[in-house]
Amino acid sequence: MSLTDLRTTTEHALGPVEQIPPGEGRAFVAGGVQVAVFRLRDGSLHATQAACPHAGGPLADGQTDVDVLLCPLHLYAYRWSDGASTSGAAPIRLYPVHESDGEVVVEV
Amino acid sequence: MTAVLGGRPAGSTALHLDDDDLDQRSRLVVVGNGMAGARLVEEVLERGGGEQFRITVLGDEPHGNYNRIMLSPVLAGESHEDDIVLNSHDWYADNGVQLRAGVRATRIDTAAKQVHADDGSVVPYDHLVLATGSYSFIPPMTGVRTDDGELLPGVYGFRTIDETRAMLEATGRCRRAVVMGGGLLGLEAARALQGHGLQVDLVHAMPHLMNMQLDAEAGAILKRSVESLGITVHCDVLATEVLGTGHVEGVVLKDGRRLDADLLVVAAGVRPNSDVAVLSGLEVERGIVVDDQLRTDDPDVYAIGECAQHRGSVYGLVAPAWEHAKVLADVLTGTDPDAEYHGSRTATKLKVAGVDVATMGVNTPERDDDEFLVISEPKRGVHLSVVIRDDVLIGATLLGDTRKVAYLTQAFDRGTPLPEERIRLLVDLSDGAEEVGVAEMPADSQVCNCNGVSKGDICGAVAGGCGSVGAVMDATRAGKGCGSCKSLVKQIVEWAADGDLAEDPAASYYVPGIPMAKPELMAAIREQDLRSVSAVFAALAPSGKEDAKSKMGLTSLLKMLWGVDFVPEKDGEFINDRVHANIQRDGTFSVVPQMKGGVTTPAQLRRIAEVAEKYEVPMVKVTGGQRIDLLGVRKEDLPAVWDDLGMPSGYAYGKSFRTVKTCVGSDFCRFGLGDSTQLGIDLETRFQGIESPAKMKLAVVGCPRNCAEAYVKDVGVVAVGNGKWEVHVGGAAGATVRKGDLLATVGSPQEVLRLTGRFLQYYRENANWLERSYDFVPRIGLERIRAVLLEDSEGIVAELDAALQRSVDAYTDPWGQDGKEPATPGQFRTSLPLIDLPKVPAR
Ligand code: SRM
Ligand SMILES: Cc1cc2nc3c(=O)[nH]c(=O)nc-3n(C[C@H](O)[C@H](O)[C@H](O)COP(=O)(O)OP(=O)(O)OC[C@H]3O[C@@H](n4cnc5c(N)ncnc54)[C@H](O)[C@@H]3O)c2cc1C
Ligand code: SF4
Ligand code: FES
Repeated sequence: MSLTDLRTTTEHALGPVEQIPPGEGRAFVAGGVQVAVFRLRDGSLHATQAACPHAGGPLADGQTDVDVLLCPLHLYAYRWSDGASTSGAAPIRLYPVHESDGEVVVEV
Repeated sequence: MTAVLGGRPAGSTALHLDDDDLDQRSRLVVVGNGMAGARLVEEVLERGGGEQFRITVLGDEPHGNYNRIMLSPVLAGESHEDDIVLNSHDWYADNGVQLRAGVRATRIDTAAKQVHADDGSVVPYDHLVLATGSYSFIPPMTGVRTDDGELLPGVYGFRTIDETRAMLEATGRCRRAVVMGGGLLGLEAARALQGHGLQVDLVHAMPHLMNMQLDAEAGAILKRSVESLGITVHCDVLATEVLGTGHVEGVVLKDGRRLDADLLVVAAGVRPNSDVAVLSGLEVERGIVVDDQLRTDDPDVYAIGECAQHRGSVYGLVAPAWEHAKVLADVLTGTDPDAEYHGSRTATKLKVAGVDVATMGVNTPERDDDEFLVISEPKRGVHLSVVIRDDVLIGATLLGDTRKVAYLTQAFDRGTPLPEERIRLLVDLSDGAEEVGVAEMPADSQVCNCNGVSKGDICGAVAGGCGSVGAVMDATRAGKGCGSCKSLVKQIVEWAADGDLAEDPAASYYVPGIPMAKPELMAAIREQDLRSVSAVFAALAPSGKEDAKSKMGLTSLLKMLWGVDFVPEKDGEFINDRVHANIQRDGTFSVVPQMKGGVTTPAQLRRIAEVAEKYEVPMVKVTGGQRIDLLGVRKEDLPAVWDDLGMPSGYAYGKSFRTVKTCVGSDFCRFGLGDSTQLGIDLETRFQGIESPAKMKLAVVGCPRNCAEAYVKDVGVVAVGNGKWEVHVGGAAGATVRKGDLLATVGSPQEVLRLTGRFLQYYRENANWLERSYDFVPRIGLERIRAVLLEDSEGIVAELDAALQRSVDAYTDPWGQDGKEPATPGQFRTSLPLIDLPKVPAR
């Protein structure tokens, strides 16, 4: 497949978790890649590509719940479990993300 | 414009390694990548033919396969060319079909079983299908061609996307067009060009329009309808000469008249593309002669679509072409080796907005005992007729009123029994029988003629889980041809889904994630004192589970219920409400400052101008809502833009009260009967920013001339003299156009304010999420609304007034609020940090 699949990922610390208000998303640049990170109200973190595969919508401006992320432009929904679109669009890419000492750490 | 329609970014042709000796599959070659050829390939693949055949398609046009029917709406500017692609180059590649687009077959060597093409290549075949369609017939006229045989510049046929693009481009510089031909194609072309602002003359050689389908009487009525659109029609006259040397300048008619034109469209019929067949020794009469299995006189060569002649008939429509494709696919793949085609009964519709024509079968009685029923109302432009033979419908003509077309098409296609009272075929006698139409249609009656989709297919898709008209259309392709059956598809989906929806209580939920209707939900929120979206989910959602799609509706409801006591949560808001601006396609935002009643001042304009320059705003635009929009503002710049503007938000982004449009009224207008401007400003001042289930747009006009469109507003106020004002509700002129209903006539601006507030609050409390007043008012009924608001029949008026007052009191300008101190960290941070926004350059 593509080169990225062979490349090993690197961890990037993005700063304190509190930058992301509960239930919302914020966009960051990690290793030259723009990433949208969400902090759900249950405390879990999710990270995805920042631009929507449908028409480039800013996913960090979307609304979310524990199951899906809704793009703000045309309301396509993407599942957190596997990035698949429930509306028939291409899937979004998910990045591993966790909290470490109060910091958001994403693997890109 | 040379873009390849449905092409691949890198190039136009998919390359395959050909002549793989190991490939055991026989070679199926199709000549022509038009509607018939591509459909045949689809049908063959659907029958598993990909395993049997190595398929090659030669196509003269460089494009993928597109919906030729839709060239009319493309020419009219109603459809975009990208939307008419049926099979892109990628589709062919993905399905293992070699498409050689831009390659023309020149000769067939039936002995060697090879196709010779204009690029010098030779393609061997085991089975060959000719699907070469037709070309526009250009009648002999002096001067229509230049010396080298090309059409004189400015003269076009109307057959391909390239011709359509060229005409579209020409509309920009041309002023007068002549369209030759008063058939379907000519009429569609004429209307399309006229829509681009050209003055159009239609020249038709026959005594009446659409003479192939209509009789003289109907043709005359159609002529009047077309003329009333502003198109000049000349019937029964030939064009003999085309004027102009380097470019068309006009045409001369046989009677000596001269029509000036800088664009000439020739739509005077088509002729089958049969030269290749003639050259190759196949039997050709008007078209390529085929038998009931679409086979030519060579056993391995077939012909389908418009180039084929079957039992003496050559068709010029897509439905027969698609029937050919089906039968031939059955034969070729062996799915049904005995499949036969026995001819098509054709039905046509004219795709011209404002002129409804549908015809099928014959238009006049042919035998002594044929029954013939005609309803003709020339004044209304209506002419309806049916021809019945032995109790079977053999023809129908519907002009000016096509409501009965679905029913008649079904009777025509299936020979279903006809009502004793024949007049019921043409008009609905009021016995509530209208609904029966859809229910009574047999399951196998065809709904979408373009794609051969039956009522049963549609019901099957609904049963299979398709929950919307769009989903059914995607699954069955119904309505995806010319689109004229869309309303019938919708009716059937609604009919088929009815049972399901009745069992699906979710349809009555206010938001999908909380199993409660609005009144119940409001009561629970009040009782349990739930003041935030997360509190509502925790208390009322199944297992306390939050639901993204419900958040926006709940936020709106809670704001209305609690006013200042609402506990805001930014994640419960849609992005527009989070940043108080409307998100746009590139992720920038639009900023619309409040401009009450559409009235501004030089100082405001100066500030707007300065802000636009300072922030390099790509576009400054006067809106349809009588204010000024700054479009393409970066999210990060929003607070500074507001600060520099120093004007409150116009709420152009919310499901909320929007604007009050006004006219200049009695202060300036010589007809003004009331001070509409001031009343508009007062209304906007009172109701600014209040949230609602859907947008609320108002207008006030100073007299019934209605210059600010008050009759089509959620609330529209009209001065009628003597200090009186009419209050209309439930109007709109957006996606739905509805004239508002007169709620009451009142005697002062104060009463207008009070009644408007009452209506808005009643709507806020009782409308479904996203239900505009144009749906709400008819749903509740004007009588009931009048009783509640004017006679206080439910004793709630005092409460409505008080509740509305609380919302009015809770108003704060959001720009003044969050501008200073973000409501949440990073509220205005960019969400696409590596993309340079705005993407649109400043005008
Ligand atoms: C800016 C403006 C067009 C313009 O250039 O003039 C406009 C722009 C948009 N309209 Fe509109 N509408 C504008 C006047 C209108 C009008 C005319 C009017 O208000 O008198 C109508 C018909 C009246 C009506 O709504 O009854 C109108 C009927 C719509 C509709 C159809 C609503 C319906 O139920 O029929 C939508 C879609 C919707 O609301 O879901 C819509 C949606 C939109 C949105 C918000 C699309 C969106 O959701 O992003 C557009 C935002 C563009 C942007 O990026 O900022 N716009 N829109 C007008 C702003 C008016 C203002 O000052 O607030
Ligand atoms: C503007 C317009 C509106 C229409 N509206 C309607 C409508 O509302 N309803 C309706 O039923 N019908 C309508 N039609 C007619 C409909 O489009 C045709 O019936 C249909 O396209 C016929 O399909 P076909 O495959 O036989 O021919 P085509 O779609 O014309 O396809 C033939 C293809 O073969 C190619 N070709 C020809 N010769 C060769 C060769 N030697 N080598 C390689 N390729 C070759 C051509 O370039 C063309 O791409 C309309 C047509 C037009 C132009
Ligand atoms: S509505 Fe009446 S008052 Fe207003 S501008 Fe028109 S004519 Fe004048
Ligand atoms: S851009 Fe995301 S749904 Fe369209």
